[in-house]
Parts: sequence; C-alpha cells; structure tokens
Amino acid sequence: MPIKLPSFRPRKDAYPPDLWTKCPSCSEMLFNKQLDKADRVCPTCGHHFRLSAAARLELLLDERTFAERDPGLQSVDPLGFVDQKPYPDRIAAAQLATGMRDAAVRGTGRIDGRDVAICVMDFGFMGGSMGAVVGEKVTRAAEEALAERVPLIVVSASGGARMQEGTLALMQLAKTCAALERLRASRVPYLSVMSDPTTGGVFASYAVLGDVNLAEPNALIGFAGARVAAGTIAQELPPGFQRSEFLFEHGFIDRVVHRRDLRGEIAALLRFMRPAEAMHDNGNGNRSAFSPIGFLSSLAEKVVPEEITEVGRG
Amino acid sequence: MVDRIRSRTRGEAETAAPADPKDAMWQRVQLARNQARPRTLEFLRAIADEVIELHGDRGFGDDAAIVAGFARIEGRRIAFVGQQKGADTEENIRRNFGMPHPEGYRKAMRVMELAERFALPIVTFVDVPGAHPGPESEERGIADAIARSIGLMSRLRTPIVAVITGEGGSGGALAIAVGDVVIALENAVYSVISPEGCAAILWRTADEAPTAALAMKMSAQDQLELGVVDRVVPEPGEGAHAEPAETARRLRAVIVEELDRLSLLTADELVEARYRRYRALGSYTEVTAPPVAAPPPSRGLGDRLRDLLDPGRWSATTPPDRTRRDESPAPEED
Repeated sequence: MPIKLPSFRPRKDAYPPDLWTKCPSCSEMLFNKQLDKADRVCPTCGHHFRLSAAARLELLLDERTFAERDPGLQSVDPLGFVDQKPYPDRIAAAQLATGMRDAAVRGTGRIDGRDVAICVMDFGFMGGSMGAVVGEKVTRAAEEALAERVPLIVVSASGGARMQEGTLALMQLAKTCAALERLRASRVPYLSVMSDPTTGGVFASYAVLGDVNLAEPNALIGFAGARVAAGTIAQELPPGFQRSEFLFEHGFIDRVVHRRDLRGEIAALLRFMRPAEAMHDNGNGNRSAFSPIGFLSSLAEKVVPEEITEVGRG
Repeated sequence: MVDRIRSRTRGEAETAAPADPKDAMWQRVQLARNQARPRTLEFLRAIADEVIELHGDRGFGDDAAIVAGFARIEGRRIAFVGQQKGADTEENIRRNFGMPHPEGYRKAMRVMELAERFALPIVTFVDVPGAHPGPESEERGIADAIARSIGLMSRLRTPIVAVITGEGGSGGALAIAVGDVVIALENAVYSVISPEGCAAILWRTADEAPTAALAMKMSAQDQLELGVVDRVVPEPGEGAHAEPAETARRLRAVIVEELDRLSLLTADELVEARYRRYRALGSYTEVTAPPVAAPPPSRGLGDRLRDLLDPGRWSATTPPDRTRRDESPAPEED
C-alpha cells in the first residue's frame, strides 16, 4: 500500500484530509469526528455529505437489528471489459477501499420495532453503479419483502448502470422493476429513499418506483448525467436542475427530508402503509380477505380469452 | 439459406469489412444509425396488411418519436409500439431524432394496456439513440415513464415480441423492449449507454467511442451470446437500408413464427416465463467467505509521520489481509 507523503509545499487549505473536511457548499472546515456525529451533515449550512452503506444502516435501523443477507454476492466480468484498466482490477480496488463486495448491502432489520427488508447502496463503491450484484440484491430484497410480507426500503446512491457489464447491467432495470411490480400487486409497501446522487438507470428503475419517494435535500437526482446530456443536446441547463427540490416541484418526490428526520419519517409512513396481511390482522375481523394474486388472475381469465390463440392461428 | 448467408459474408469480406475489430464494430454502429434504414412505420407498411396509428398520451401530448397502434400481420391482429426516427432533417426535427419524451412512453403504455385488454399480442420495434435527455424530459419524469413502462411490460398478460431494428439505446430502448422473445436485426446494436457517452465517462473523450463500442459488445451477435437477445435475423446484402423489402420479408417470417409459438402459452405461463427470463440475466458469483479486507482505518497525520520515521510500525498497523481466509479459514473462527 503506497504511503501518501505529506506535502511540505505551502498550500491553501492544507488541512490533513483525514482530520478535516471542507464543506463544498459553505467552505467551512469541519472536524471529521464532529461531522460523523452529526450524521455527516454540515452543521453550518446543512449540506448532506454522502453516507457509507454501514453508516446509513446505523442511521435508519433500530440498534443491532440488522441481519445481512447474501453478503457473498460478487461481480464477475461477463464482457472482459477493459477501459483504462480491466474491470476486475476496478472491482478489486473498490473492494479494498470500501471493505464491501459490491455497491449494495441488503438484509433485514427493524425500524421502530417494525420488521423491514432493506437494501442500501454505497456511492463509494465504483460510484454506486448497478451491475448484476446490485440488481440481484435489490431483487432479492423485494422478493424477501414479498415472501415475508414486510415493507421494503431501498436507499439509492448511484451514478446509474455499471457500463462495464454492458447490457447485462441494463437488464437489471427489467429485473428489479419486475420484482417491484409483484410487490405492488401483493400490496406490500415499498419506500424509496434517494440520496446524493441517484441518476441514470437506478433512478429510471427501482428508485423512482417507490409507493412513496423520499429524497435528501439538494441530492443530485436525474435521468441523464450532465456529461451525457451535454453531449446529446446543445442546451443550457437551468440552475437547480436535477436536484431533489426540482424533482419535488415537478411531482416525482413526495417529501424532501433532512437526514436527521429520515428515520422518524419512515417509521411514521410505515404506520400507515402496512403490508396487506398485517392490515387484515389489525382490522375488524369480519372483513373478507382480499387475495390480490387470485383477484388478478381471475381478472386476467376474463381479459385474455381463447381468442388469442385464434388470432395466432388466423 | 445458410449458403446464402455464407456467400454474403464472403462478399462483404472482399469489399468492405475492415480487419480491425474496432473498425468493424464501429461500421456496425454506423449501419444501425444509417438514416436510410427502415424504421417502425416503414417496416409495418411492408409487413402488415393494415395499420391504424393511435396518438396521444392523454396527459400531455403526442410524441412523434414514438408511434403506436394496431396492425394486422398475415391475418394476426397485433398492437405495435416503436420509435420512429425521421428520414430527412425536417422529419427528424418533428420526430426529435427518434428520442422520445416521457409522453411518448406514456402513449406506448396506454396502447400496450389496450392490447392486454383486447387480447392482442404486442410487437415492439426498437430504434432509439436514447430517451431525450433534456430539461423538459426531466421535468415531465422521463425516468418515471421508463421505469413504469418496463414494469408494465414485465406483467402484461399478453405475448410480447420485441425487435431491435436499429439502435438499442439504453433505458430508452428497454422501456419498450421487455419481451417474451427479443429479436435483433443483424446490424442492430444494443447498449447500456451510447458509445459516445461511455467514452466520455470512462475515457474522458467522446473520440474513443469506437473503443467503447467494442468493449461494450454492442453487436446483435454479441447480445445473442450474452442471452439478452434470443434471435438474430440476418440482413440481406449491404444491410437493411440497401434492401428494405427483403429485410422486412425476413423479419415478418420470424415475427409470425414467434407470435404463433407464444400464442400456445397461457397468460400465466407467459408472465412467469418472462419474469424468469429477466430474473436470470446478469452474472455474479456467490462466495461463502467473510467480507473482503476491511478498509485500513483512517490514520492521522501524526501516525503517517511516525510511519515514515519507523517503518517497522507500519507493518504492525496494517490490517491483516482478510481475503486470504477465502482459502483457509482462520482456526479461531471455528
């Protein structure tokens, strides 16, 4: 491991970066330990720094309730992709830097005593990019939420699909959206939390599809990255474009929530949004049970009659 | 048939095909983008006996970059959805160069829901550089439209045949390309991001687009090998732009064959098989070892200076390489 030599050149802002962090928003120098204590939110201007997956889980879940699932999932290199360095080298470097196997951690835990399935992304691992592992973890989280009938929470922090996995990364959009459709049909709630940044294929799949969408203040959220947009259209982008508040204004985010309130807001929402079964347990006993899958398939029998084969043979 | 394909590939090799795989791939990208290449409506005019186009998303407007409606192919009634680039500059401006806005995808969803209700199989034609990335697109929720369209297609209880006819540009393509079977024309390409975009990000210059195109394995044949595409339809001669009628004839035969095959399945079987098709895409391994090496604890300036003066201390503070446990578990773990 290379030792970074301290520079003896007089420099502006020459603070050791492992002790101090400069707030990119208000330029205040913040002592790291205090910043961590404040959940990495600048006490001066409220700028939200990015959170690691571990810190995010600690922030959201009841103490010591997290049980990780599928910790062993690891990316392979299906395309033999080499840009400026080979993809496996990039993965290895990211693993060494973060201690994670890939850009998402999933498992179960409790929020305010309520069981949830949760999947949390970490921007520190290759920009939080979604390859097969991230897609698989989100999908498995949704499938577990469906099987256990517990709410699903996904916290996104991602630049989008992982280019090094090509269209197989793109297919994760289809995989995750399909799993969420099943969750929706079974009336199990899904809360999507978008943190800085949530862009590209992650935004255009599971992040945007929450029954309720929450976002941290001033997070970059958008479909096309600035570099892609600038390359495609010659158009000046308006200020505040692709920020949480912009998306909120245009109706794609329910609530912009300060990090210190996030856990409380989720807990409050979950009290209203209970998985269908739990609702029956707590409701008055004489209500007949609604079986969404049975209902849908009975509907479909009416919708897709035999005529379809006639059309095919016709 | 096979002989014909062989002779054609030989013919190509004699005339144009460059030896460098990067150039060959880039030539394919150019073919996929060729302005004379037939698009959704041209294909439909050639393969359908009847076409009725429907317009509007019922919320905002009608996006000319996406066309949708009903058609009859060899007696089979279907619903169609496809992107439509322009044939000349004027039409391209009207059709926004085939880059749909959210209302385009919402129109597509509307027609696909109609198809489900009236038991019509769906055929989609994919040819898109990417969804429109500008501010209006974001304001009206392009990501939302794409995600919902993908989700809708994953659960529609009617057969879906998706055909990549030209450029399969990322989410803008996938939004109408979730199918029971995915067909690609020989010179079509499919990618997670445009090669220019990929190059701009990973190589920091759009000039490396051919390199990026090769690295991403965009060609129809590559996509077939990855399992993203199920069938590749060979194009005649120099490509679809040179012989649109013959291309359409070949495509019609494959579409009809797939429609007939899918018509034998029940809605439950279709939806389950479609879910499993996408569920299985993507490669990963599952290792049963503890997490990879913990990141080195962040060390202060003082520690670093001490390391410099006393290298012996360095090795002592370095965390042990825990990845080694993958091979032999540490005894204290038992």
